[in-house]
Amino acid sequence: MATIADYGTEVFAPRASSRRVLPRLRLSSPLGIYTTPLVLLVIWEVVCSVANVNPNIVASPSQVISAGVHLWSNGTPSTLPQDIAVSLARAGAGLAIGLTIGGVAGTFAGLTRLGEQLFNGPVQILNTMPFLALLPLFIIWFGLGEVEKVAMITLGAAIPFYINLFGAIRNVDYRLIEMARAAGVGRVRLLTRVILPGALPGALIGLRMSIAFSILGLVVAESVNANSGIGFMITQAQTFDRVDLLFLGLVIYAILGLTGDQIVRLLERYLLRWRPSAQGGRA
Amino acid sequence: MTAIANLSLTPTEVKTSNATVTAEGVVRRFGDRVVLDHLNLEIAPQEFVILLGQSGCGKSTLLRLLGGLDAPDDGTITVPRKRAIVFQEHRLLPWQRVWDNVTIGIKSGDRRAIALEVLEEVGLTQHADAWPKTLSGGEAQRVSLARALVAEPDLVLMDEPFAALDAITRLRMHDLVRRLRERHSSTMLLVTHDVGEAIGLGDRILLMRDGRIASDHRVELDERERHHGTARDALRTSLLAELGL
Repeated sequence: MATIADYGTEVFAPRASSRRVLPRLRLSSPLGIYTTPLVLLVIWEVVCSVANVNPNIVASPSQVISAGVHLWSNGTPSTLPQDIAVSLARAGAGLAIGLTIGGVAGTFAGLTRLGEQLFNGPVQILNTMPFLALLPLFIIWFGLGEVEKVAMITLGAAIPFYINLFGAIRNVDYRLIEMARAAGVGRVRLLTRVILPGALPGALIGLRMSIAFSILGLVVAESVNANSGIGFMITQAQTFDRVDLLFLGLVIYAILGLTGDQIVRLLERYLLRWRPSAQGGRA
Repeated sequence: MTAIANLSLTPTEVKTSNATVTAEGVVRRFGDRVVLDHLNLEIAPQEFVILLGQSGCGKSTLLRLLGGLDAPDDGTITVPRKRAIVFQEHRLLPWQRVWDNVTIGIKSGDRRAIALEVLEEVGLTQHADAWPKTLSGGEAQRVSLARALVAEPDLVLMDEPFAALDAITRLRMHDLVRRLRERHSSTMLLVTHDVGEAIGLGDRILLMRDGRIASDHRVELDERERHHGTARDALRTSLLAELGL
């Protein structure tokens, strides 16, 4: 039994039994993609307590958590939930406006030569330019308020969505478009039933990048002269040498990023369930 | 067997013909290569015509012209407005369920009921709500046949629809096409390089060579004679000889 492989054969059986035959091929963590972050957290905590690290340089996870718990109800001038709500509102508004602009422009450019000529040039310029470098200009244009911050996030979200959507529309299988035309499908239905669904996988990649870039834009926008939000909390922490609060801010940004990614994953699992590669197999 | 190859049609013949499909002096070039060279073709109503030829002889190009997917460089083509194409690949939309794929070109009415009716003809009613990824190659091609027939077209163009299927599935598909022909009154044109398939299905076999119809064979055999017997073998031998084998 154990020497089957020596005779040059391979045995494929239902997963349950093959797990016992070849355990090394079935490695998987019950924590999924949270495995590494959690392992790092544990190591971080252990190192902090064992090595007696100065809490004014590195705060341990437990210190970060207790700082968070304290701020949750006793933060001044604003509590932690209020700061998170302000930041989420900024990120959400910027993301929504950015996805709308990127989506409309990307669809128009994907479908027409004119749209490509109008939008691809400026988008490529903005894409190569570090959009964070535009912050001083935005402050001059929009002042130090909400508009400047939302505009920064909008820019970060719009560009990757545009680029991915444009590419995805142009890469829709031409044979399917030809089939639809031969079957007498009109323009509107060609768009809604063939081209846009065909571009959806690429659009979702763009959405994932837009979420990441909108959080990046949020961090930068809030780091300059904000008086509320997570970025403001971090600036305050820096002013008062509160390393635990600095870490707390970073952890919250990390959780926002991870959550955004997980939401897109769930969307993909549902919206792309027709894909041969998607989980679930034969319906 | 009558060879009427490349006879130029006089204007009176064109006016009096009630053909479903006519092509006159059709030329199609790709760069320097002349793929269709003043080709003439007539297909009568409800006729099942096979376009037989080696790969590269221009038969798929002709089908694309008849289907309106491409335009000729010279000559004229007349085809019914209501027509459908079955491609070599099934070309199902992977993001639409089977019944939605079947009725993609249907604009009004109870699309699902229409889909179920035509899916029953191809024996796939139970797969109406399946995703295309779960279908076998033969099943997917049956769905694409259903999609072609659903609007009751006057002309069905088929471009080597069974070439990618295994031998047994292909024979089942031939039976299916024969049964569908009895129910639907469409004129059919099927492009193939398979002589057996041509004799098994066609009322008329047009042999294409060098961008023209080289010969025209009327198949006057009953169902059994299409598969066995000396008449079939003789036709097969002469077609193979004309193909240069």
